[in-house]
Amino acid sequence: MNKDAEETAEITPKAPQMIITAENISHYYNKRAVLDSVSLRLDKGDFTTIIGPNGAGKSTLLKCLMGLVTPSQGHITRKPASRIGYIPQRIALNPSLPMTVARFIALNKTPSTFAEFEPLDLSRIADKPIHSLSGGEWQQVLLARALYDSPDAIILDEPAQNLDISGQMQFYKILEDLNKSRDIAILMVSHDLPMTMASSKNIIGLYHQICCAGTPSYVVADPGFAELFGQDMAAMMAKHHQEKQHASKVRHV
Amino acid sequence: MFDFFGADFFGSNLVDSNIWLADFVINAMFAGLGIAVICGIMGCFVVWRKMAYFGDSLAHSALLGIAIGITTGITMSIGITIICLTFAILLFGLQQRGVLATDTLLGILAHAALSFGIVLLSLMRVPIDLHSLMFGDILTVNTTDLALIGLGLVVVVGLMIKFWSPLVLTTISEDLAKAEGVNIKAMQLLILILMTITVAVSVRMVGVLLITSMLIIPAASARALTKTAESMAVISVFIGISAVISGMVLSIEANTPTGPSMVVMLAVFFALVMTITGLWRRSSF
Repeated sequence: MNKDAEETAEITPKAPQMIITAENISHYYNKRAVLDSVSLRLDKGDFTTIIGPNGAGKSTLLKCLMGLVTPSQGHITRKPASRIGYIPQRIALNPSLPMTVARFIALNKTPSTFAEFEPLDLSRIADKPIHSLSGGEWQQVLLARALYDSPDAIILDEPAQNLDISGQMQFYKILEDLNKSRDIAILMVSHDLPMTMASSKNIIGLYHQICCAGTPSYVVADPGFAELFGQDMAAMMAKHHQEKQHASKVRHV
Repeated sequence: MFDFFGADFFGSNLVDSNIWLADFVINAMFAGLGIAVICGIMGCFVVWRKMAYFGDSLAHSALLGIAIGITTGITMSIGITIICLTFAILLFGLQQRGVLATDTLLGILAHAALSFGIVLLSLMRVPIDLHSLMFGDILTVNTTDLALIGLGLVVVVGLMIKFWSPLVLTTISEDLAKAEGVNIKAMQLLILILMTITVAVSVRMVGVLLITSMLIIPAASARALTKTAESMAVISVFIGISAVISGMVLSIEANTPTGPSMVVMLAVFFALVMTITGLWRRSSF
């Protein structure tokens, strides 16, 4: 490579690598539109959170993206040979099925692709039965399983719903580390607005349709956000976000 | 000489040491061991997927298969296989429609098939021993039955080894399995077909009423002794084999009906396992 070419390579920003796109997908349950012309794109390195009230179609959207539900209309395109890890909203474990953590993580997986991720050190619980884990441990085990195939992206459906505050903070921190250190795209559904705003690069507000989308600071100022969560919540989140950014700047100074 | 409980099956002069070398005892022993292996493995999935009622319903529907087998002259086991397969496919199709709950569908299909079987037998005026159908008649197993059990054993064990991981993953979470590329419908259908084979080859030996116990008790006993799904299946098979052998011994030595004797031994093993593991847990605190 000559010098000019090297300089060009240095200053040219990397083109975003698409992992999955949804184009105008709609889905109906009993003729009721749960999703109405929703389009989104997840690129490598993205950290996007979908927020919205209960029954807004968030889980259905994730299921469409994962191929668990076929949308009534629209197209979903995945990067060829891409690997996407998935953490469902709820798994009802049956204690009559004995399974250790180590066995569950590797169940139906190809061992050669496994790459350890240090923040997720599960060695102390490797021999524990999965049905005896705490909510936080179980989410980490599901995340370790999702990471087993060295995925390009991980899609999570309300991963922190059964965690206490410190468990939520720890879990979101692990997701942020994964996103930064491995460039793994994260797409998740969450109801926890303050934590979501703090950790996500992009927010999508969904109520059957996309009501608002963009960076956290942009979304909290969007009228669509106020429509979704009410003026009081919008004002509170905007204030919270400003304070957070201010605190971050002060720390850096 | 040949009543349904088998109480005077041997006659007092026949119960001697040579009885163990008699063809019908050897056949029964091989049949019992084959069924113990099949039921030991499949029983784990019955327990894990909470399918006890399904096994019970499938066994009830087998009576229609027996009726068809007797009235048409085809082998009884083939009649049972055809009806159980039809039952499983019908259930699968109705489940996909999602209008009625599975236990409701099972209740309708099982009891309808059972009643059709009884009515058919009654219409054809065929003399049958209903009690041996209910409690099994393993001592009348012939070489054709043994061949069917052998074939069932190869199919069930082969498919289980081949599809073990996706089947277990599907049992834990269908969403997770589907997201990872497992064909969920194929796995559901596979379980139904394997259950059908299990019931078809076992029902004549242990009876319509006792087949569920052959499926559930070894697996439930094994659960208390193990930490992994694989070892649970292996231990379940060994408990089943032990119950078959000890049940046969009890049956021959005490002149008791063979199928129920095996289930009695299974119940004894279950009670022993629960007592021992309970005491061990208490002592470890």
